[in-house]
Amino acid sequence: MSETPGRPKRKNPLLRTRVPLLPPRGRSRVALGLTAAAALGRFELQVCPECGTVQYPPREACHRCLSLDLVWQAQSGEGELISETVLHHSHDLYFRDRMPWRLGMVRLDCGPTLLAHLHCGVAVAPCRVRIVARLDKAGQAALIAVSGRFDICEGAAEMADDIHLREMTCDPRCRKVLVTDGKTALGQALTRAFVAAGADIVWAGCAEPWKRSAGLEEVERLEAVTVVPLDVTNGDSVKSLGAALGAKVDILINNAEVHRPYGIAARYGTEAARSEMDVNYLGLLRLAQEFGPVMRARGADGYSSATAWVNLLSVYALSSFPTHGTYSASKAAAYSLAQCLRAEMQSAGVRVVNVFPGPLDDEWNQELPPPKMSAQALAKAIVKGLQDGVEDLFPGEVAQEWLARWLEDPKILERELAIGR
Amino acid sequence: MERRRAGYEDVVVAVPVSIPYVRYSTRGAHWFVARALRALLEGSGLGKADLEGLCLSSFTLAPDTAVGVTQHLGLSLRWLDHIPMGGASAIVALRRALRAVASGDAAIVACVAADTNHVDTFRATLGSFSQFARDAVYPYGSGGPNASFAFLTAYYMRVFGARREDFGKLCIAQRENALRYAHALFKMPLTIQEYLNARPIAEPLRLFDCVMPCAGAEAFLVMSRARAQDLGVSFANVLATIERHNSFPEDPIQMRGGWLLDREELFAQAGVVRRDIDFLQTYDDYPVISAMQMEDLGFCGKGEAPQFIREHSLTTDGTFPVNTSGGQLSVGQAGAAGGFLGMTEAIRQVTGAAQGTAVANARIGLVSGFGMINYDRGLCCGAAILAGPKA
Repeated sequence: MSETPGRPKRKNPLLRTRVPLLPPRGRSRVALGLTAAAALGRFELQVCPECGTVQYPPREACHRCLSLDLVWQAQSGEGELISETVLHHSHDLYFRDRMPWRLGMVRLDCGPTLLAHLHCGVAVAPCRVRIVARLDKAGQAALIAVSGRFDICEGAAEMADDIHLREMTCDPRCRKVLVTDGKTALGQALTRAFVAAGADIVWAGCAEPWKRSAGLEEVERLEAVTVVPLDVTNGDSVKSLGAALGAKVDILINNAEVHRPYGIAARYGTEAARSEMDVNYLGLLRLAQEFGPVMRARGADGYSSATAWVNLLSVYALSSFPTHGTYSASKAAAYSLAQCLRAEMQSAGVRVVNVFPGPLDDEWNQELPPPKMSAQALAKAIVKGLQDGVEDLFPGEVAQEWLARWLEDPKILERELAIGR
Repeated sequence: MERRRAGYEDVVVAVPVSIPYVRYSTRGAHWFVARALRALLEGSGLGKADLEGLCLSSFTLAPDTAVGVTQHLGLSLRWLDHIPMGGASAIVALRRALRAVASGDAAIVACVAADTNHVDTFRATLGSFSQFARDAVYPYGSGGPNASFAFLTAYYMRVFGARREDFGKLCIAQRENALRYAHALFKMPLTIQEYLNARPIAEPLRLFDCVMPCAGAEAFLVMSRARAQDLGVSFANVLATIERHNSFPEDPIQMRGGWLLDREELFAQAGVVRRDIDFLQTYDDYPVISAMQMEDLGFCGKGEAPQFIREHSLTTDGTFPVNTSGGQLSVGQAGAAGGFLGMTEAIRQVTGAAQGTAVANARIGLVSGFGMINYDRGLCCGAAILAGPKA
């Protein structure tokens, strides 16, 4: 692998900040299957169960046997780069700003020929490559050929040394990150993880700063970390931090949450539910209104543009976990709002990443059996998800299992959860 | 079992029309269609009511199709076709029209290809060219056909040892031809240094490997031999035609086209051999595809076009005249009319109307068509052999 680049030069403040342009985003409905898989970090192609043909571009029917029952299946992406070009001219404004641009034709071992972006680490054709699917700035699937030598887990470092393809991930390297709640174990783990991933600055939000936690003070001693006052339930607090930092934040991690167990019958009144909604749902809305517009304006601000907005949701956002019913409802509301935010941020190429962990190993999940996710593991997964350019992140085994069950049949999952499974 | 197709003995092509090309036009495509139709009527002495059929090709009529054009231009027809096959449209239009006239469905069919080119037309066409283009090509750098042909050219050069100089020789010969053709948009000779050192577009392609989009129209008439004789117009006979679509879908990359499947039938039906061909009009939006047509039509073996080009002079006075009007690379690519350019020029050649570009004693010519890069390759291939009265 070639060396990772040095620090980018400081931006000349006299130069106009580039308007965020997007690559072409139009796709047929059938082609969005590729995007749906890429959003989860997967490379899938249409496969015909009748004759076994793997095909690309996506079609309405199998091009060999005309079967209509096509399924999307994960592919290894192994193949050969058979031809390549370097574009010096483009008809699209997004690409015009980024010439020259390297492209290749790849014959997959499983059959089809793919047109793909070429990573700079790929040798001259013919050579072995592997295709990975990422989301481009328009939020649509983009196929990228990378050198077959890399391990699939090395997505981050692999992308980092290609200036164009950095746009298809949200690598925290040389970026400024706001973690909205630095007081929790997860907040501190996230802060440390972003420092370790090469973030320039990590601002750790702290509500009620007169109640400091020992962990936060320790994190604050890291050179890149600054603790800032932020209470997402307080509009003035969010507004004032937005005014101070909004134009600098490249990645916003909205991890502030309130979690109280019980459903409806086991807890009388609305206090706990109101508090959950105030932080988990309205907190997101307040942050989005103060930080969203300015992050959108910086969607193409050079090497360290505003790139991602991460929401800590929960697998319970997909289907209620009745013993944590009000919490589930607040996360479902936040999920819905996050989809709205995603649509709005899309026009600027700023990715909204939704994280759906299973239960964390914290005091509010005390009564749940393992496996439960540690704060460190979740923080690490979030950083890696950003480096890989994933849009919907289901970290860990529990979340992956929920995802599989939910994709298979949401109704069956609902019934299972109702009886506590 | 040998397939026997009916010939074209009693039907002919006549009145080749080329409306001068312009780089950009503020007119609509209908304007160019109208101008071509007027020229057809003036050239034949026919009235508008005599046109019974229209076969139209255009990329820039939207939201209209050929149907809208009938009302737009006041044409009452008993036969109408719209051929959206780009560079293969002249061959396909000819084939449809020949059968329509031979069967009596229409006495006279006007085959017209016309396109306008506003400043932003070409870009706007690319993103919506096809479903596969929108889903799987345009989002990858939006290079248009330049990128598609860059892949084919790079592969061809690597596998068959073609050099840039070989493609350069073809481009320069075409430019020389174009200097003798009044309508060519390129008026200056091209040197090998200019060709090799031109600015890169999509490696290995440089500027003079790529067609220049423009506006214009080409057209011709198909009618019975008897009618052509009555009208007193010069006409050409059609000895044979072929067409194929989506040939060799299993090839990882396009290194051959559908001509290969039907070329023996083409020459057998025409009753001629390669030696009899006095000139070749290829579809030439990029030189690599001309090379492939020389091979797949059987003028040389697969991968031998570079050597073939080295051994021949390709100008109108050469040993193997190719794209005698200068081809699209030196005349310009007027959208679908680019698919007609070789056809109208071939009709002029065999009927002795080619003027400055005339190939001496040209009797028989081969016109080849290639069109529609839907995803990674051109899908439509076709060819026709025309003969003049002296053949």
